[in-house]
Amino acid sequence: MGVETIADEAIAVAGVGMHPWGKWGRNFVEYGVHAIEAALADAGVAWSEVQFVAGGGTVRNGYPGYVAGATFAQAMGWTGVPISTSYAACASGVQAIQSARAQILAGFCDVAVVVGSDTTPKGFLKPNEGGSGTDPDWLRFHLMGATNPTYFGLYARRRMELFGATEEDFAQVKVKNSQCGATNPNARYNKAFTLEEVLASPMVASPLRLLEICATSDGAAAMVLVSAERARKMGLKSPVRVTGVSTVTPTYPNSVIEMPNFSTDSATGVADPGPTFRDSIAAAAYEQAGIGPDDLDLAEVYDLSSALELDWYENIGLCKEGEAEKMLRDGDTSLGGKCPVNPSGGLGAFGEAVPAQAIAQVCELTWQLRGQAGERQVEGAKVGLTINQGLFGHGSSVICQS
Amino acid sequence: MPQKTRVPAVEGWFTMDDGQPSLIGSRCTDSGSYFFPKEMEHSRVPGFGDSKLEEVNLSRTGTLWSWTDAAYAPPPPFVAQDPHVPFAIAAVELAEEQMVIMGQVATGISVDDLSMGMEMELVLETLYEDDDNEYIVWKWKPTGSVASTGDDS
Repeated sequence: MGVETIADEAIAVAGVGMHPWGKWGRNFVEYGVHAIEAALADAGVAWSEVQFVAGGGTVRNGYPGYVAGATFAQAMGWTGVPISTSYAACASGVQAIQSARAQILAGFCDVAVVVGSDTTPKGFLKPNEGGSGTDPDWLRFHLMGATNPTYFGLYARRRMELFGATEEDFAQVKVKNSQCGATNPNARYNKAFTLEEVLASPMVASPLRLLEICATSDGAAAMVLVSAERARKMGLKSPVRVTGVSTVTPTYPNSVIEMPNFSTDSATGVADPGPTFRDSIAAAAYEQAGIGPDDLDLAEVYDLSSALELDWYENIGLCKEGEAEKMLRDGDTSLGGKCPVNPSGGLGAFGEAVPAQAIAQVCELTWQLRGQAGERQVEGAKVGLTINQGLFGHGSSVICQS
Repeated sequence: MPQKTRVPAVEGWFTMDDGQPSLIGSRCTDSGSYFFPKEMEHSRVPGFGDSKLEEVNLSRTGTLWSWTDAAYAPPPPFVAQDPHVPFAIAAVELAEEQMVIMGQVATGISVDDLSMGMEMELVLETLYEDDDNEYIVWKWKPTGSVASTGDDS
């Protein structure tokens, strides 16, 4: 073998599993245990062999509330296993992956479970009760009535004004993703929508309609991550490897308005920070993996709204700014296109289960890179990227290679 | 009925000057960068943690960066009217401060009345009220537009 590279020693995905997304109304612990059992079975690893558990912090609801790592260690049966719990809003899952990855790369353990699970309330995600005048998340609802779709609407309107995006483009993203979601057994919505149906759904946050804004769901996703050496000992042939994980924050001044803020940073008197925050998220993952956007066979991007998916095409370098609509219209990001985006069906087909969603994205990459994605399989997929952004300034991106 | 007291819905974020209200921010005196809401304890500009911070009134006008609306009633802690009256929300770019600040759009102005880059000015309106008080908040309004001031009168 030649010079040892990061990629050679990259951690491997030994197993993945999910609890199907839906509105089940049960305890989040139950979904998480289901997903862990599925991931362990997929990996052929026993719970007693697990040396670390990294949980994505549960956001709300469900005893024991905000706890994650220990909750699942208890539910699976206490073994004394060390744990971590990561809260980073929508990016919680990747922080958990990074926590497990760091433990493995540091040599503290060689078999880790990552899990994210949640039960969500109906309707808009909203701040927790008991908030106050010092919490920007509470204040933006109280003072402006600014929900999450408010911010998605601002971005979408700007795309229309600057780049000529149309309401049909936004609806087409939903149509494209729903066709994939219809064949995904873990997705919540198994209906392939037509353009007319999407455009007939009620306006929620102009110019975005109900069917273009992701719902909130119950669901869980889990992974078994192992060291490269452990993967070899397990006899895993060409396992899916995690070659890049980005958990970057913005660089001052962050000039794009973001949840839950009232304002951007001020660019007066300070140097241009260079790439935008969203551009910097994928850049860090590409740099670690030693690859670029041209190497991608697929991407799972955080389509909190259908319009936001178009922003991500540009942020991950699939095209230049202002060219995402053309990629969409040309079918480049559809199944069978140049670089299919959201072959899982995306958040449009899942609805968001906050701490599970970013892990679910990596589960999809794993199935795709193993050639196990069934009807939604991206032919010959070898390299995939996930990207996501959690409110309060949490970037997250994962690159997997087979 | 006795007149209700007008109180800011949040303390210290804007002046209660009905004619020429301003958002209250702060400025990192060494770098020149601004903050809203105001930051008085520690400059958030990297490397300027020792800088003095001074309270400043921010520009009263800016240009429209983007806009949307709330077709459905936002959940609490927003105090929604029953039935809900849809309202527009704007993000406005201030030239001097080089920052974008959000706010509801003045009552009676819909998304159809707005266009990219139009000049917007800061106004005060009642956000909600209880038996004793009217709670006042800042909103953005197209400069010079004549819009209903809602239930202020």
